[in-house]
Amino acid sequence: MSTEKVAEQPSGSEAVAMVKSEGVHKSFGPVEVLKGIDLEVKSGEVFCLIGPSGSGKSTFLRCINHLEKVNAGRLYVDGELVGYRQKGDKLYELKDSEVALKRRDIGMVFQRFNLFPHMTALENVMEAPIQVKGTSKAQARERAGQLLERVGLADKAGNYPTQLSGGQQQRVAIARALAMDPKLMLFDEPTSALDPELVGDVLDVMRDLAESGMTMIVVTHEMGFAREVGDSLVFMDGGVVVESGNPRDVLTNPQHERTQSFLSKVL
Amino acid sequence: MTVDTDKTTGPADTPPAGPEALKAIPVRHYGRYVSALIAIALFVAIISAFAQGNINWGAVPDYFFDDRIITGVWKTLLLTVLSMLIGIVGGILLAVMRLSKNPVTSTIAWFYIWFFRGTPVLVQLVVWFNLGLVFTYINLGPIYKDYWSSFMTPLLTALLGLGLNEAAYMAEICRAGLLSVDEGQTEASHALGMSHAKTLRRIVIPQAMRVIVPPTGNEVINMLKTTSLVSVVQFYELFRYAQDIGQTSGAPVEMYFLAAAWYLILTSVLSVGQYYIERYYARGSSRSLPATPLQKIKANMLSLGSWRR
Repeated sequence: MSTEKVAEQPSGSEAVAMVKSEGVHKSFGPVEVLKGIDLEVKSGEVFCLIGPSGSGKSTFLRCINHLEKVNAGRLYVDGELVGYRQKGDKLYELKDSEVALKRRDIGMVFQRFNLFPHMTALENVMEAPIQVKGTSKAQARERAGQLLERVGLADKAGNYPTQLSGGQQQRVAIARALAMDPKLMLFDEPTSALDPELVGDVLDVMRDLAESGMTMIVVTHEMGFAREVGDSLVFMDGGVVVESGNPRDVLTNPQHERTQSFLSKVL
Repeated sequence: MTVDTDKTTGPADTPPAGPEALKAIPVRHYGRYVSALIAIALFVAIISAFAQGNINWGAVPDYFFDDRIITGVWKTLLLTVLSMLIGIVGGILLAVMRLSKNPVTSTIAWFYIWFFRGTPVLVQLVVWFNLGLVFTYINLGPIYKDYWSSFMTPLLTALLGLGLNEAAYMAEICRAGLLSVDEGQTEASHALGMSHAKTLRRIVIPQAMRVIVPPTGNEVINMLKTTSLVSVVQFYELFRYAQDIGQTSGAPVEMYFLAAAWYLILTSVLSVGQYYIERYYARGSSRSLPATPLQKIKANMLSLGSWRR
């Protein structure tokens, strides 16, 4: 796992990081939210980001698919620079269409689901493959049906989002992201807006996804999920990475004082 | 629900071991009876005043389906539809321009709205009509070349005057609609790799319609009535024909009543259409669709029945 190689592209595909962040800074006006994030997410791993509100976890996640522009540093997804193209020592902003092309491969699940309310569950899942990839309607419908079945909602295909519970909506949202066959899934506090009894269903789907080998970056407050399913864990506070490592080690035996006080409150 | 149990008076239909329904004497709203009586009396007084006035009512039905009037109705409708089409397409375009990150397009849109909303539509119509003073010819190279006065037909003048003015109003309505859609929708769509244009067309605009349709219905009805202004640019529509008939038939005021009746009929029909369009765009925004007018009438009749008991 930890064969430290130099930044040059090694031949073994396993060593290529799915996400690599080098000194990423992000400010909103005068407020600096990310103050230099260095981390690496390996292909196929479940990478959990924890930390108090306002620590920059969600902002960092949104930088990965360029919903937010990075102010300084470099962010790579699958070896490619996010949002920019480097030619020599000059950096060129990517066009909107080029950014969109890269986003196809990165699924995202939001805290507030953000399902399209004017479409049924099935139509929500079909939409992007048809519009973005040009998949035929019949094909998209079949695949969407399979995905809804995978998240346990085959019988809710014809329902509009308002007719679904929060947990069901979030599972549709996961199916919608999976419909684009992403190589990386970003989860932005996927269970924070849910009733406690609905959290389990969503976590089950995510666990299932992790077992299938999907690379996942999960911003979460579910420490149980992080401990059970996570391969790596990072604790962020005040825009920096405070502590990182194996989730079982960090959660049971935190080294940093700030991590200890945070975990003592949430566990 | 209680209607059925009352009629059958048998214990068979009552739910087993359910609590007994309360039987209370409803509050009597005497104010309602009084106000209804006053309203009816006033209505009758106004009607009889008009009926006894020095107006030849017989002229109205005589000309109601006159060929010229019917032509006028069709032209009024045509002008309304075409002007609104220009207005809506232009309005969406201007709203998107106004909200765009591009400072050039947003400034142009701002300026357009400022100008066309800030001057009376009647003045705009007259200006379009007299634009030949500024542009003597219209010259599109090898495609088209003509005198401005023969290019600018009454129909084109009316369409440009009404449509371009309407676009400024529709732009503000559309902008409000687009802004009403949650930002998370755009983010979710972008995160799926959808382009800006597709996000607008497939995700944002369909949801914005729910906010856009009701005021647009208002605009259509307004437009229908505003078309009566285009008689100043020599376009013949319902109002102009009614006026002409009035002058030749010796019943000028009667023809205004006739026109008013036609406008009322047309706006009523449009209101019904608006209701169904609103209902269509409400799908997904609430758990159950609102009732159609027919269903509403049925429900009202039922509640009236129970109220009387």
